[in-house]
Amino acid sequence: MTDTTGTFPGARRPDRQRTVDSHGLAIAVHEWGDEAAPPILLAHGGFDFAGTFDVFAPMLADAGLRAISWDHRGHGDSQHAALYNWEADLRDAVSVFDSVTFSPVPVIGHSKGGSLMLQLADALPHRVSHLVNLDGLPSRRSFPDVSDHQRTKLMAQDLTSWLDHRRSLVNAQRKPGTIDELAERRARMNPRLGAEWLRYIVTIGAREDADGWRWKIDPTLRFGGFGPWRPEWSMMRLPDIGVPVLAVLGTEPDPMGWGTAEADVLSHLPAEGRLVMLEGVGHFVHIEKPREVTDMVMELLA
Amino acid sequence: MTGSVRLRHNRIELALHELRPAVGRPLLLLHGLAERSPGVVPAHLAGWPGAVWALDLTGHGDSDVAVGAGYFCEALMGDVDIAIAHLGAVTIYGRGLGAYVGLLAAGGRAEEVRGAILADGPGLAGGGPTPTSPAVPTAVGAPPPGGTPDPWALYELTRDVRPPDYAATFARQASTRSGLDTALAVVGVNRPPWLDAVIQEPGVIECPLAEAFELFASAP
Repeated sequence: MTDTTGTFPGARRPDRQRTVDSHGLAIAVHEWGDEAAPPILLAHGGFDFAGTFDVFAPMLADAGLRAISWDHRGHGDSQHAALYNWEADLRDAVSVFDSVTFSPVPVIGHSKGGSLMLQLADALPHRVSHLVNLDGLPSRRSFPDVSDHQRTKLMAQDLTSWLDHRRSLVNAQRKPGTIDELAERRARMNPRLGAEWLRYIVTIGAREDADGWRWKIDPTLRFGGFGPWRPEWSMMRLPDIGVPVLAVLGTEPDPMGWGTAEADVLSHLPAEGRLVMLEGVGHFVHIEKPREVTDMVMELLA
Repeated sequence: MTGSVRLRHNRIELALHELRPAVGRPLLLLHGLAERSPGVVPAHLAGWPGAVWALDLTGHGDSDVAVGAGYFCEALMGDVDIAIAHLGAVTIYGRGLGAYVGLLAAGGRAEEVRGAILADGPGLAGGGPTPTSPAVPTAVGAPPPGGTPDPWALYELTRDVRPPDYAATFARQASTRSGLDTALAVVGVNRPPWLDAVIQEPGVIECPLAEAFELFASAP
């Protein structure tokens, strides 16, 4: 089979790949660095995959760590599930942790992965030695001031759209396209990331079928929608954390970001916590500034 | 039971059982947590004038288990919607978990749910109005012979958070979009916080079951 993996300056594919069985689902695990080096676990964001660490993780590996990440269920090379929820993602994470060590380890989480690791550190503090959160601290969102009537109408549209989507899922597939087309689609949600990077990650996070490239992510999954979850339910975990915490936020608005303000985090930081605001950077701090974030992580671990 | 059909909801096959054929809008029964559809029309529901069907929710009865779990009530609302796509307009009778899922379905498909009756039963409260201390269990015990109810469904659906204002939003959807003066009837005794909030909404009544049947059987 021809290797279709693209190239990007500084990007390196994992040194090892394997799967972990998590309650019947195959979770794809990717590792960079010496297998005997001290481990650090990395959790990616929603609609991402471990390959989005292809620049950041090699920097950690070159700094002397064994960087381990995994594709969340339904993402990247992990198996698609019948159902997805937060608790299941946490169990999958623990399955990966169990495959590495039962000792406390440093963890890094970006966006959704940051919130997941925050909850894991709160639930299982004996498994985490340091917590690095990269724009994964959802804060109470400020909704536009709309009337009750308008809000009811908007939710009706969300509900109908979601249920129509669920009715249409049998044998659903993602839309095929060229590498450039998939990169352009992703650019709508990742407008700050360059075209060269987006084209590169298409070759990791998508597969080439006879009729074109398709993102591997489960077509069941979609942006937006509704549910009982509130952003403050994540932030409320932060003060509980008893290990050293590094939180990194970019100051630039980004479609995938939470819009979390500095003050939202400072009021919840635990005693061993530090917040770094990166000026002129968006949601993907580890992609826009991988060297700076790596240096901060290594300083935390030192 | 006079027959069953298998319906696909994404990767899950659902079992929808016909308990009593009849002319007229079906009553769709939704069981409680860890229950399954009854084999015959329960005596206390025999007064419904139309057909009676019952759905096994994902992870329950003759429906598939979700491998790797990940159960949440909105997905079960999707189960109900798949049944509605097969049956057409229905009136819902939900017990416990089925009452909460019935509320969601009544809000989500307000034009096709011609009244929902919310009754006591297992799993009515869920995980309460706010998150509790986090936990990440990695084992919940072996499934029973036959595989259902899935122990993970029992675990997850007793921890799912049901904020009162969120539940009330679905009641509002049901009452404003169904065109019915009364869209929801609460016939049970227990009042977890989400149900307390639902009862405060216009278009929701508390009444005996017979009254709810009369109201919804004659609804357009």
